[in-house]
This record gives sequence, structure tokens and C-alpha cells, in this order.
Amino acid sequence: MHTYELLAWLILAFPLLAFVIQIFFGKRLPRQGDWVPVAAICCSLFFGLILFFMVIVGEHDPNFVFQVSYPWFSGGSLQFDWGFHIDNLTAVMILVVTVVSSVVHIYSLGYMQGEDFYDRFFAYLSLFSFSMLLLVLCDNLFILYISWELVGVSSYLLIGFYFWKHSAADACKKAFITTRVGDVFFFIGILMVVLYIGEFNYTKVFEAVAHGELTGWVLTIAVVCLFGGAVGKSAQFPLHVWLPDAMEGPTPVSALIHAATMVAAGVYMVGRLFPIFSASPAAMLVVAYIGLITAFFAATIAITQTDIKRVLAYSTVSQLGYMVTALGVGAYTAGLYHLMTHAFFKALLFLGSGSVIHAVHTNEMPSMGGLKKKMPITFWTMLIATLAISGVPFFSGFGSKDAILAASLEFGMTHWLHMPIFLGLLLGAGITAFYMFRLIFLTFFGEAREPKRYDHAHESPYSMTVPLMILAGLSVIGGFGLYGGLWFNHLVVPPVIGDAAHHAAEGHGAHGSALAHYGAMALSILFATGGILLSYLVYYKKKISAEAVAGRFPVLYNLSFHKYWVDELYGKTVIAFVMWFRMVLARFDNKVVDGIVNATAPALRGVSSFSGAWDKYVVDGLVNLIAIVVQAVGAVSTLIQSGVIQNYLMKVGIAVGAILLLHNFILRIF
Amino acid sequence: MAVGLEHCLVVSISLFLLGVFIVMTQRNGIRVLMGIELILNAANLNLIAFNRFLPNTDVNGSIFAVFVIILAAAEAAVALAIVLAIYQQFSTVNLDEISSMKH
Amino acid sequence: MDALLHSLVFYILAFIVLGSAAYTAFSANLVRAAFSLLFTFFGLAGLYIYLGADFVGISQVIIYVGGILVLLLFGVMFTTNVSGQGTEKQTLQMKWGILFLVVLFLLLIPIAFITPWSVMPDAGSKALESSVSPIGVGLLTKYLLPFEIASLLLLIALIGAVVIARGEPKVRAEAAKEDTSAL
Repeated sequence: MHTYELLAWLILAFPLLAFVIQIFFGKRLPRQGDWVPVAAICCSLFFGLILFFMVIVGEHDPNFVFQVSYPWFSGGSLQFDWGFHIDNLTAVMILVVTVVSSVVHIYSLGYMQGEDFYDRFFAYLSLFSFSMLLLVLCDNLFILYISWELVGVSSYLLIGFYFWKHSAADACKKAFITTRVGDVFFFIGILMVVLYIGEFNYTKVFEAVAHGELTGWVLTIAVVCLFGGAVGKSAQFPLHVWLPDAMEGPTPVSALIHAATMVAAGVYMVGRLFPIFSASPAAMLVVAYIGLITAFFAATIAITQTDIKRVLAYSTVSQLGYMVTALGVGAYTAGLYHLMTHAFFKALLFLGSGSVIHAVHTNEMPSMGGLKKKMPITFWTMLIATLAISGVPFFSGFGSKDAILAASLEFGMTHWLHMPIFLGLLLGAGITAFYMFRLIFLTFFGEAREPKRYDHAHESPYSMTVPLMILAGLSVIGGFGLYGGLWFNHLVVPPVIGDAAHHAAEGHGAHGSALAHYGAMALSILFATGGILLSYLVYYKKKISAEAVAGRFPVLYNLSFHKYWVDELYGKTVIAFVMWFRMVLARFDNKVVDGIVNATAPALRGVSSFSGAWDKYVVDGLVNLIAIVVQAVGAVSTLIQSGVIQNYLMKVGIAVGAILLLHNFILRIF
Repeated sequence: MAVGLEHCLVVSISLFLLGVFIVMTQRNGIRVLMGIELILNAANLNLIAFNRFLPNTDVNGSIFAVFVIILAAAEAAVALAIVLAIYQQFSTVNLDEISSMKH
Repeated sequence: MDALLHSLVFYILAFIVLGSAAYTAFSANLVRAAFSLLFTFFGLAGLYIYLGADFVGISQVIIYVGGILVLLLFGVMFTTNVSGQGTEKQTLQMKWGILFLVVLFLLLIPIAFITPWSVMPDAGSKALESSVSPIGVGLLTKYLLPFEIASLLLLIALIGAVVIARGEPKVRAEAAKEDTSAL
């Protein structure tokens, strides 16, 4: 067994084993078994780190790929395998997933302490980690789909963890059903690929696409359908509605879902299947514009939200839009780099917000304020994350966001028609800085708006603050990857397939033209600073009244505050239609189906009464007849049974006589 | 007329039927035993007669008769013991009166 | 003359046998019936000897007359009030029995005559020899196993008869206890 194979096995085995142990025996173990999943994910982290360093440092080869495949079963002409596909992207993703997962696990030890179903929560976390690791490690579309759905199921379980709360139950259903819409497209996409190519394996599919086995409008539709899966999973524009509602889950879950696992799955999938995507420029444009719309539109919503977790949720949607746009314009490296950096600082932001919520027992930012003194660690770590997401230099977000902007600027420079992508993203970057600092100012600065909550607040336990510090460190150093053109830029590049027929621009972030690079960098710093400054003026110095601005542009404010009424739109259209259709079906059921059923009742009654009569008179009669006959025979034979042995002998004698008569005389005569 | 096989068979048939008749009609258990003895003797007579008149019989018929007599002796001993036991139990040897197993 | 005498012996013996058997069957007195059986057995012994089975005839006399008949008489004595016969009816289904007797007789006799027996032609005039020696040889060679089993059977019958006739062991045990306590 190869070392990589062994490592992949180990990484997967620990969380799965922990899940099985925890779900069956968790309650009976000491401390409700919380140490089992934590230990398991730490083991996975350990082996993940080994894998990461072996691949990134040890191999240090942009085209490094390790593949191993095991036959599973075959149906018809299709061979279903399962196996591991390990390359640089996998190694990075394994690192991100295991790091964030283990940090969230440890954080949950503190955050979930004393909750109901504490044991089950850890079981679900393990399942989630396993699913995500499988999704990252697998080597074909079939397993990808399975793990994709596993991730969906476990996120459903976790979002609905407080299932006795109505809102949580609704939220998990919403998340599940909304992502299911995307998953249907994803499934159709996979089916199209398999139908035309007949293979599940990534490498074989890529080669087939490179050789033109899947081209033209079929390819475009297939790619758009595949992208549909990412739209659902990564909460892109039409299907983003589930993500803010998913905040109903426990905060560590939000961190896990919005940083490293579920939402990353969509972007990862696009990155993983990049050779297919890049083969269809039209589909790539769709991807880019969907990402742009999402990025800009979610950012504007985030400005007016008051729930701290919702702000972060929309910020996540927005950042995911950045990644998708980056992939859409062909900036593979930049998009995935942002995925990694975002994983760290967004997990940090969520865990920090969880720490705040834990302290003040509310999600509403207007009820907070002035927490800086009370919760210094939370404050400083969250500030670092905010600086990172805002794209301030020397923090990780700067490098990745700058790379995306540069890539989109270059794309816009080559195709002037698509310049709006760059402009939208640039504006979005400014808005991001604005609303993130709004969050910081409202939460940590100013006077305590609700003294009762403020007095009660305290710094969180070490099990929660240590993960924050770890992630803060990662949020800072994660940025060094791009500055000197270090490993990430060099290693995480689109796979080279066959004769490299694809046209995608490789490594836009670093290899792009100097003009695009420095121009974008300057503009992004400018816009980030502008956003921060504006936020400072509005929410710290109170030079500009937020209410006054909102009052002046009521339409814009309402649009943003009510999230563009997308939920309402769905409520009025899709859900209304479904409800109407449901009512029609119910009527149909009531009137037609029930009518038929009711009509059958009299008929059945007639048949059954006939059958009853038949039973009563004919069948019972026969049975009684048999009984009477048996009784009569019995009565007759009782006469024979005299109890006197001589009597029996006589009867035997008669029988013997009869036999003799028959045998010796009658038979002889005839 | 010389005595042949048929004559012996007539005697043994008559004896057999008399035995059966005794078994059939008598109430007394000991009389029934007498009838059984007659039946056995009728069988013996048959064996002896066939041994006498049929070819290549050697003394097999006699030996069979001896075994029958042995069995008859054993049977008589056990049967009389049973009759005595019945008499102790029921104070009668009339077989139709001791039908306690009839419903 | 010789043949006639020969036949006469047979007929006389047959008459004795059947007559006494019939008396046994129809006699009302049990003791007389038992004594009548004595003649039947003797007659049969005579017939056996007449038919050349001297050993069987002697055995008949010894075992039947000397053993079984005495046993039966003991039984009669133990179980019956000898002096005065009861007024109770001693027979049952008499009519059916007679009918049976007659019908079966009429059915069986023809069989004896119409069956084609492969009789030895000179059977009637065959010289009679003692069968004791061949029977002894036969019992110890060809029929050794049945002979031994028969001896075992007799032993079992002996023990069995004793066990049955002695009655309930429990009752006896209690009786014995009473005896000892009385002493």
C-alpha cells in the first residue's frame, strides 16, 4: 500500500469510526463521548498535515497526481469504482477541512457544554467531517455525488439540531430542499457526462473532454447543470436563500458549514472539474456572472442586517460569489486561494460571533456594544479576521481578493464587454469592508446599549478562545502564500490534460500582466480603505447618521433590509404554486379519489354480503355436513366398539370369513 | 380309505374352529385360555401332518411343533398369572365385566 | 386289514379329540370342561405319534397334560367357586358363535380338499422312524439360536408370571411393615 493511500484511508477512517461509536455508544461513554470525535478529528488533522507536507513540500510538483482506485461493482457496461485522487488541490483542501473541523470540534466542547443531545451533536460533526473529507479525496463523479449528498444530509441534521425550535426545523428543511434543487441539476450534469463519455473517473473524463468527446451545446448544458450543484451547495444567487436561515443551527455548525465544508464543496467541485468547465467558454461566462451577481447582491444585503450571524452569512454568500467569479473568469488559482483563506477567517468570524453570542445571549447587534473590554481575545481575533476579509494588506484576504480582482480586471481588459465583472467586484470589496467594520463597531465599540447583557458578559473559556487564536494565526499567515509567488501560486494550478487544449488563463493572480496586477491592487486597497473609513464615520464617530441615509433612500434600504424580497418572491411564486398545486391535489384526493373509494364501498358491501351468505350456507353447510357424517360414522362405530374382546374376535372372524369366501370361491368362479 | 393329508386337515380345522368358538363365546377367562390351547394344538396338528405328508420335510415340522409347545407353555404361565391378577383386582374372571377401559 | 386298522386308529383318535373338545366348548361346568381337555390333549398326543412325530407326542403329554392342564386346573380352582356353579350365564353371543362356527367350517373344509397339495405318493406307507435323534441334532445345529432364545423366553415368562401373580409390590411392602410392627 502506498503511503498516500494509507494516509487517505486513515484520514477517512477516524471520523467515520468516531461517528459509528458516537451514534451508538456516545451516551454511555464518559463525558457523553465527546472526546471520541475530537480525538478522531485530531488524528485526521495529524495525518492531513503529514499528507499536506508530503505533497506540497515533499513533491513540490505542479502536476503531481496520485491515484488509486478500487473496483466496487459494475452495472451493464458501466464500471463503478471508488478511490482516491490526491493532488495539490486535494492536499490543500484536506488541510483546510481538517484544520477548521478540528478547531470547530474543540470549540464545540466549550460552546455546546450542557446542551441537550450533546453526544449526538458530536456524532453529526464526525459524520460531516467524514463526508467532506470523502468529497475531497474521492476520484470519480459517482463517489463525488454520494459524498455530496452525505454532506447535504449531515448539514441538514446539524442545522436542524435544535429541532424542537420551529424556526430551526424550518431552516433545515429549507436548506435541504433548496440545495436539492441544485443537486438535481448536478445529477443531470453527471448523467450527461457519463452518458456521453461512459466514465466516472476524473482523469478519464478530463481526457475525454480534452479529446472532444463532449462538445458544443451538450457540453455547455452539462457544465451549466454541474454548476447548478455548486449554486445550490455554495449558495449562489438564485438558491442562496437557505444559507442565512441555516444560522438557526448551533454557531460551531455555522462555522463548519460556512467556512470549510458545505459551501466550500460547491467551489471545490467547480475547481475539481475545472477542465470540463474551462472547455465551455459560454458556461464559464454563466459561472462568472452568477458569481458576480451573488457577490454584489449579498454584500448589499449584509449592510442593513442586524443579526450578527446573518451579516456573516451574507458575507459568506458574497465571498463565495467572489470565488465562483474567479473560477468563471478562469482564475483557478485565485479562486481556490480565496477558498482557503476565506475558510480560515470566516471560521474565525463565526466562532468569534459564537463567543459573543455565548456571552450576551443574543444575536442582535443593536443589543451589544462595548464588548471590547469584556472580551479582549474575541475582539482582537475577530478584528484580525475582519481586516483579512476586508482585504487590508498583510492579511490573508488581501492576497486572495487582490488576485481575484486582478484576474477579473485582466479578463475585462481582454473582453471589454465584461468589464462590469471587475467593477462589480471592486465595489463589492468596498461594501465588504464597510459592513464588516460596521459589525465590529456595533459589537465591540461604543457604549453598552443594554447594560444588563453587558454586565453579564464575560470572556469565553479556553476551549473556545484557543481555537480563535489558532485561526487568527492562520488568517494572517495564510496570506503569505501569494506575496512572494510562494507555493500556492506555483502548485495549485489547473491540471494539464493531454495536449492542454484548454484555453484557460493559468495563474492569473501572479502571472497576469503587471498593469492588471498593480492596478487592481491599488484600487482594491483604495476601496477597502474607503469602506472602512465610511464605516468608521458612520458607526464610530457618528458623523453620518445611518438612519438619515436610510430615510433618504427608503427604496434602497428596504431592498437591502428585506433581502431584495427574494424569499417573499419565492413564497409568492414557487412555494405559492406548490401550495396551490398541493391544494388542487388535495381536492382531487378528496373529491375524485375519495369518491372512487367511497363508491367502491357499497359495491364491496354487496359482494361481501353475498360472500357472507355463501360462507354461511354453503361453506358452513359443507363443514357441518362433514361433521354430521363424522358424527354418524362415530355413532355407528361406537356400536362396534363393545369393549368385549370376544366381540372383536367375532368381527375379525367375519372379516376372515369374507376374505376366504372372496379369495377361494368367488374369485375362482369368475 | 387310507388316512391322508385331508383327513388330518379336517380334524385340525374342526379343532381350530372349536377353539375359536370357545374364545368367542365364553365369558370365563380360563375357558378362553382353554380355547387358545385348542387353537395352538390345531396348528401343531397341521404342522405334524404336513411334515408327514409333504416331501423333503425332514423333521422341521416336529421342531416347529416343539417351539409352539414351548411358546404355549410360556403363554399359559403368563396368561394364568394375568388371570389371577385380574381376579385379585376385580374379584371376577369374566372378561366382559372387566372392560374398565371402555369409555 | 392292516390299512383298515391303521385308519381306524386315526378315526378313533380324531373322534376322541373332537368330541372332548366339543364337550369343552359346550359344557356348562368349568371343571368338567377342564378335565375334558385332558382327553383332547391325550388324543392329540396319540395323533402326533400316529403321524410319526413321537417326540412331539411325548412332549405333548408331558407339557400339556402335565403342565398346562394342571396350571389351568389351578386357575380354575383359584378363581371359581367349584362346589356350586353360579346361576349366572356363562356364555355370550352364542348364536353368533354357532353361526360363525358353521359358516367358517363350510368355508374352510373345501379349501382342504380343493387345494392341490404336492403330497408324497407313498406318504401313507412310509416307514416310521424315531424322530427324537434328528430333532435333537436339529435343535443343536440348525435351530440352535431359536432354541436358546426359546429358553430365554421361558425364563422371562417364568419371572414375569411370578411378578404378575404376586400382585402389587407396594401393597406387599405395606403388609410386610404391618407384619413386623405386629411382631
